[in-house]
Amino acid sequence: MLHFIILRISIAERLVYRVDFALGTLMRFLPMVTQIFLWQAVFQGMAGSGKSVAGYSFHQMIAYYLLTMVGRAFSSMPGLAGGIARDIRDGTIKKYLLQPVDMLSFLLMGRLAHKLVYYAVAIAPFALVFWLCRGFFGGWPDAVTLAAFAASLVMGFLLGYFLEATLGMIGFWFLEVNSLLFIYMLVSFFFSGQMFPPELMPSFWPALMKAIPLQYLAYFPAAVFLHKVTGAALARGLIVEALWVVFFYMSARTLFHYGVRRYSAFGG
Amino acid sequence: MNTIATYRRVFFTFVRNSLVRDMTFRGNFIIDTISSLCWAMLNVIFYQQIFRFTGSLGDKTGWHRYEFYAFFSTGLIINALVQMFFMTNIDEMTDMIRTGDLDFILLKPIDTQFLVSLRRIEWSSLANLLVGIGFLVYALTQLAHVPGVLQMLLFLIYMACGVAIYYSLMVALGASTVWMGRNLTLYDFWFYITTFSRYPMEIYSGPLGYPLRALFTFVIPILIVINVPARMIVWPLDSRHWPLAGFALLAAIGSVAASRWLFQTALGSYRSASS
Repeated sequence: MLHFIILRISIAERLVYRVDFALGTLMRFLPMVTQIFLWQAVFQGMAGSGKSVAGYSFHQMIAYYLLTMVGRAFSSMPGLAGGIARDIRDGTIKKYLLQPVDMLSFLLMGRLAHKLVYYAVAIAPFALVFWLCRGFFGGWPDAVTLAAFAASLVMGFLLGYFLEATLGMIGFWFLEVNSLLFIYMLVSFFFSGQMFPPELMPSFWPALMKAIPLQYLAYFPAAVFLHKVTGAALARGLIVEALWVVFFYMSARTLFHYGVRRYSAFGG
Repeated sequence: MNTIATYRRVFFTFVRNSLVRDMTFRGNFIIDTISSLCWAMLNVIFYQQIFRFTGSLGDKTGWHRYEFYAFFSTGLIINALVQMFFMTNIDEMTDMIRTGDLDFILLKPIDTQFLVSLRRIEWSSLANLLVGIGFLVYALTQLAHVPGVLQMLLFLIYMACGVAIYYSLMVALGASTVWMGRNLTLYDFWFYITTFSRYPMEIYSGPLGYPLRALFTFVIPILIVINVPARMIVWPLDSRHWPLAGFALLAAIGSVAASRWLFQTALGSYRSASS
């Protein structure tokens, strides 16, 4: 019941800024336009027929970038880690210590509300862009792939949440974490496959990038949809993703547990 | 003391104060430097991978690996200059408009646009500037063609034009805060709009590409910011480039004039928020 109330309040709060949401979402697709033209030029510059870049045709490449945007719509948690660290620094975090509310669950409900409202408003611009770009997709995938795609997105949301929450907890030990978070953002932009598919990299890099949990934030859902991961590899990927979710859930809980023990609040 | 000398003195005071400030928070300065270098490095890695698979961007456009690296470096230098001198200041200006703090600037006996544009110098962007210059030199040494003195001179002039166009766009976006409040931050707007100028204009081809190229060349002239200086230096001078080069000069002057007008008009509409 308590969780439901938190969710309802958060939804009401988020809906105040619905125009911002819609505008922001549309703007977010602008770099995609440049990406389409860039990749078109890359493929035009290649010699021969049956052109492909690291196993991606031109259409697949664009579909990949569009799908990573869907993946990021689930897994990105703007301001979560920074917000937790700020709450620790300025003492706001003590409200979670005094009130019978668990911080991780409270913030999770807040994020869930944020995402639900975001999808409700962003579905229109997303649908428009995907409809305009439908030529880049080779039709709908089968039901199993779609189900795996949906599962990878939901787990991507949970992974993104607990991973960022874990990072935010570092605020218990360090006063200034913003710079660290910015570097994490850059690293994750690269290692999640949001910048380009890991297969583009030479030698050991693709294997390394696929061994790191960040790939589940963008690459993995897109690869599932595009049939780049199938059969046993797909099942294994989903299980490993679930294990990473559990790992980061535990690490966020553990860090919070030890963090509040060394936390001291000053002032009123 | 004449006006130019006064402004020069004020500017160098800003330069010095900013350096003192950055050196006071040295850890922050180092992290800022590292993160902006990381971003440049990630882009280099991306383009390296692209050119493992293709010979050039577009068919017969002339943008091969090292020509494009020179283009990218030019963009890096221009962006570093804009970030170093203007970005933080114009972003702060939008805050000052919203909070009413612009009042204190208006009271000062100096040109308001000068003051809000150059108050703080971001020394951490210096690293990107140096990397840009280094990478440009590397790219140019890999080209068959060696640019002459005239080309270097034109390159510098058109880089200045590029910085002027970017600056004007930034001032226009910042000044519009007076009327619009704001939805996205200046940084967001900036990122989304300038993303179109990051690649050679030849990539915008086809039924959708050509109108887009025309829009970002003639209406919002951000495509010429990097494209014109880059083509002054990567290829031998060619009369085919003169019309665009001529237009770039006009666009730079026009942009600065338009943004100046917009800024003054915005000041006329400014209602202090604090009182």
